[in-house]
Amino acid sequence: MTNQILIAIASILAVPIIGGLLRGFDRKMTARMQSRIGPPILQPFYDVIKLWNKEKNITHKNQLIWAYGYFGFIITSILVFALGRDILMMLFVLVLAGVCLVLGALSIKSPYSHLGGNRELIQMLAYEPMLFLIALAVFLSTGSFNVNVIIASGTPLIYSLPLAFIAMVIVMVIKMRKSPFDISLSHHAHQEIVRGPVTEFSGKYLALIELAEWYEMVLLLAILAMFWAMPFWAGIILALAVYFIVLIIDNVFARLTWPILLKFTWTFGIGLVILNILGIYLLRK
Amino acid sequence: MGLVTNSRVKSPWILHFDCGSCNGCDIEILACLTPMYDIERFGMVNMGNPKHADVLVVTGSANRRNARVLKNLYEQMPEPKVVIAIGSCACTGGVFNECPNILGGVDKVIPVDVYIPGCAVKPEAIIDGAVLALGKLAEKKAKAKEGVRA
Repeated sequence: MTNQILIAIASILAVPIIGGLLRGFDRKMTARMQSRIGPPILQPFYDVIKLWNKEKNITHKNQLIWAYGYFGFIITSILVFALGRDILMMLFVLVLAGVCLVLGALSIKSPYSHLGGNRELIQMLAYEPMLFLIALAVFLSTGSFNVNVIIASGTPLIYSLPLAFIAMVIVMVIKMRKSPFDISLSHHAHQEIVRGPVTEFSGKYLALIELAEWYEMVLLLAILAMFWAMPFWAGIILALAVYFIVLIIDNVFARLTWPILLKFTWTFGIGLVILNILGIYLLRK
Repeated sequence: MGLVTNSRVKSPWILHFDCGSCNGCDIEILACLTPMYDIERFGMVNMGNPKHADVLVVTGSANRRNARVLKNLYEQMPEPKVVIAIGSCACTGGVFNECPNILGGVDKVIPVDVYIPGCAVKPEAIIDGAVLALGKLAEKKAKAKEGVRA
């Protein structure tokens, strides 16, 4: 029991540091790919500390609930994963976090905020079916939704789920808000629909959302690492390799529109996972 | 310098407002973002939203039409904030000074912290002025009040 509490505290404290460093590495690498010098690696921490200490300027009291809700639900899903519990439960809590962000955007009468909220909903419509089908594929492959059992199952999951892994990379691109699918909130085009769902968030509450995004990013990387969980370092290398590939995709592609996003994920993305599930059935018989 | 002040100086997010400039200064501001000058290495990011910005960069002279918009943008920015007037027009009204529709420099509408003269301003001068503005930003403290604006 004390062991589990220690793991929970360690993950809550360590994850934002890892997430912030990864985001700093992201900005540095992106700058280098565009032949710029780029900000220091610690830049994301400067940004968050600055935002945290700015004047509290609130448009509507409701939006505070949704900002804290987004943060809280993502922390909860991190805990569910770190303690090795149900992967399906973790995904449901993650959906709740996404819904909080959308409700935060829709709780204010601002056209940009509403547009951002609607686009965020479209993004969720694009990646959620893939995420749940991936969880189903993992269950069919290992016989359990439990993270501890999945990690202890021996052979790396990527042998039996190569297509689901590719689908997970697509989810990663959408969730990390990277081109070509950064339709609601882009990290580069800060003028694009004036930053979508976070238009009306400022100061401390923007910092909260930024922190929550770091947690979410590390959580998704941890799910990627789960695909090669047995030697611990192999999973980490796999996740970091995918992170680097996502950065390259981000710099190579232009931003696409939402109909292309939906067409792509609902045919190619979901198709990949279903093909993988069929493969598991056919090989078993 | 404390941790918070240090972070403030290292992460100034810019909001650029064009008060009817001839686009000469605007192009030079955008030139600062290119690989040649790359102001993102100082943590400066061009924001589109006054609620996220720390530094208001204004080009062009204030007139009766845009004064209201300019004031509105300034008021939406949370403290601490600084204002940089870029170019002769933003500093004094430039060649348009004394025109019937022109109020004069941007400082006729909002308080300006740093003036960068030039027509058009060189990117080096903009970076120089931005560094000066960061010094002023370090001196300012965030207001502690928690105001709910309906």
